[in-house]
Formats: sequence, structure tokens, C-alpha cells
Amino acid sequence: MTQELDFKELQNLAAEILGIDPNEVQLDKSFQRDLAADSLDLVELIAAVEDKYDVELSEETLEGMKSIRDLWVFLEEKQKSKAEA
Amino acid sequence: MTGLGFVTPIGQDIETVWSSLVEGVSGVGPITRFDASDYACRIAAEVKDYDAERFMDRKTARHIGRYCQFAVGAAKMALEDAGLDPHEMDPDDVGVIISSGIGGMEEIERNHSALLERGVRRISPFTVPMMIADMAAGIVAMQTGAGGLNYAIVSACASSGHAIGEAAEIIKRGDSVAMIAGGAEATITPLTMGAFIQIKAVSERNDEPERACRPWDVERDGFVMGEGSAVLILEDWEHARKRGAHVYAEIAGYGGSADMYHVTAPHPEGQGAIRAMRKALTKAEVEPEEIGYVNAHGTSTKLGDVAETKAIKAVFGDHAYKLAVSSTKSMHAHLLGGAGALEAGATILALERGVLPPTINLDKQDPECDLDYVPNHSRKADVKVAISNSFGFGGHNATLVIKKTEPN
Repeated sequence: MTQELDFKELQNLAAEILGIDPNEVQLDKSFQRDLAADSLDLVELIAAVEDKYDVELSEETLEGMKSIRDLWVFLEEKQKSKAEA
Repeated sequence: MTGLGFVTPIGQDIETVWSSLVEGVSGVGPITRFDASDYACRIAAEVKDYDAERFMDRKTARHIGRYCQFAVGAAKMALEDAGLDPHEMDPDDVGVIISSGIGGMEEIERNHSALLERGVRRISPFTVPMMIADMAAGIVAMQTGAGGLNYAIVSACASSGHAIGEAAEIIKRGDSVAMIAGGAEATITPLTMGAFIQIKAVSERNDEPERACRPWDVERDGFVMGEGSAVLILEDWEHARKRGAHVYAEIAGYGGSADMYHVTAPHPEGQGAIRAMRKALTKAEVEPEEIGYVNAHGTSTKLGDVAETKAIKAVFGDHAYKLAVSSTKSMHAHLLGGAGALEAGATILALERGVLPPTINLDKQDPECDLDYVPNHSRKADVKVAISNSFGFGGHNATLVIKKTEPN
């Protein structure tokens, strides 16, 4: 049994790590350009995402992600493959 | 000295700190920062309800250690008090020396636990900037626009005594027009408290927290841990005069020395302390008889109290019995690397306002400590010159000579 992912939860998580308002975390926002995340922030975000969603997210994978949408798609796919497993 | 900023267990602004000092209010209470129920010492002087985001954005507050959060608040309040904005000055004209005896202990402990419990990838990428003891100086520069000389001095509980002394020297030698100088500490943590308990240095008077810190009293049983930050703005005399700044007092001299004796115990005769005090008086060109008040290191340990008393007698001779000595640690407890700056601040206010803060909880004086320690009640006194002593583990000693500003 799997649960639907809640975008609000990701908003809150990213907002806490990046020290911003949850409403600023939107699908089209870029980590670096829009949300002022530096490399240290991203390492912290990886740890938080891995803990919360029970996934493995390498630095290379996150570096390849340009926006919140990329992270969201990644989490949805992981969720789907877990459901199929 | 043109500005003061405090984030302390007895107040987070000048007037609250001053009224606590004058009224003999203790900042000591049960430890709430962590569960200390199985600790022999369960008391400390915590900074309560500090709102770091009043002084910096949320992200900055998240990514710096607690001791740095205190330092930023104290530094910004001190600059505001001085009416000085480094952003409007040549960046090289304002430097920063903010010391910490230990650094980001809470953050080290939290990340070490993360390592043991959840593995290496759960260590925060901010661990290093949060733990290193120089970061308060660095972050204060980033937050205030002070781009001159910038570092921290680490000499345990003498750290911010040295910070202020060296900052004054930097201005005297012409390297800065103004210095943001002080100290910060946040060590009410499981490992630090446990470690100080193991060296039998801290008071275990858990039932009466506010009575626990009692320098020179026969019933004392160790120091009480404090936390917080105090920051002073030191400024070139002419620069301060020209811009019409309020000059609280003058840092007239500074002397330092080493005990060459033991890692934690002071020299039993106070040999290092004697030399630090004498050097400071010489540098200030002040005779011992001119000193009216000694803000003592006075931690409330038997060894320290007796050694400092002996040292004061050696330096001042008969005059030791005429001057007033007090330990404000009896109220704000021991801020370790923040202690020297907080006590210099207390001394400056005492001179400016003509009131000497007391040593509280001094009910029965140790016969080996027979000076006038301003017991339990503050006292009006027009003192012109005072000294403030700071001594640290490792045998580091720093003495500041502080002169009242004469109206002209």
C-alpha cells in the first residue's frame, strides 16, 4: 500500500532547510537561482529528503536537477516503483 | 568605549543587565537545554527566549551555532548603542575580535550523535562552520559590514578579556578606527556539563540554583555554567569625539601572562595573575593606589578565589584592603569565553554610573579571603579607575584597566 505524495510536505521540508517561506517552494522554482540554495544547502536537503521519503538521492542526481519539479518527479517515480515492487 | 551589547542570563539589553547587577538578581536556574536529570550538576545560567531572527534572517540563524547567534545579537545591539554603522565607513576601519572559549559545542555533539546513530551522510554540511570558534567574528563581519582585522582569540575563560585588550591595542597602533570586541559561549550541553562535572569544577547546589554561585563564601562548591555574549565597541578617541559619540569609559591598559603551572588549577599564589595585573597597570600608567574597584575573575571555586585574593594583595599591598572587589559571576554565572567581555561591560557601567555591583550569596566569608567583596548589596562609589581580571584553563591571564571618562 502506498500513499499519495503530498506536495505541501515537500514545500515545508525544503522551506525549513532553505530558511524560506513554504509558499516560495513551487514546481517551477530553481534551487540556485530562485531559492538561493548553495552547495551546502543542497547536501542538507539530500539528507532531509532521504530521511523523509526513504529513498537514496545521490549528489550527482540532485546536481542534475534544476528545479523543484525535477525533485518532485523523482520522488513520484520512486513512489511508483515502490508501489509496483 | 562607545557601545555595549548584551545577550546574557541576566538580561538582553543594557538596562535590564544593569538593574540585575545592581539589584543582585541571579540568572541561575535548573538546566532546560537538555535532560540533565542524571547529572550531578543540574543547574546553569541559561539565556531564555532569545529571538535570533530579530537580528538576522532565518537561514543565517539556522546555519550558525548558538554561540554565534548570541554574538550577532550582542554585536548589532552594541553598534546601535554606539550609533556606528560600519556599512557607512571604509571597510578596513572597523575590525572584529569576538572570542569563544570552546565554540559550537552543541552543534558538534548533535552531529556526532547523527554520525553514530545514522551514519556519515547524516552529518550536517554546516557542522564545520557551526563548530569552529572563530565563526562569531566571521559572521559578525558578514552581518555588520565590518571588514577590518578579523579573528578570535582562544584562551578559555580569559578569551574575551584578551579580545578587548588586543582590540584596544589594534586601535592604538592605528590599524583600525573602531573594533567590535567581545566574546560568546553556549556550552550548556550534555558533553560539556558532564566534562566539567568530571573535573569537580561546577557547583552541585541543585536545590538552590540562585544561591549556587557564591565567590569567597565558605559554602561555595564550584562555578556555575553560563551562556551568552557581550560585545563592546572600542573606538579611536578622536573619532568618537568628532562624531559626538557617548564615551562610556576608556580601556587604558591591558596586561597578559601565563601561570606556567597546571592545565586547570590556578597557580596557588596567583603568580601569573600578579604579573598580568602589574603589566596592565604599568601600560595604563596608573599607580596601584588609584584603583578603586576590581571586577574579579571570582568563579566561586576554592582554589581560584584564594589565589586571586593573594594576587590582589601582592599587587596592591595595604591598598588591597581599601579598594572594593566583586564578582558579578555570582549573578550571571560563568560565560567562559564570554565572561571577560560581560565583566568589562559591568565594570564600565559601574564606573559610569557610580555604583559597584555586589558579590551575591556571600554570607560567610572564607577566612583566607579577607578583602572587601561588596557583599550582597550594590554600593554607591565614585571610582575613577578599575581593573577587570580574566583567567583561563591553561593558565592564561588577562587584566584590563578601565578609566572613567572625565567630563570636559
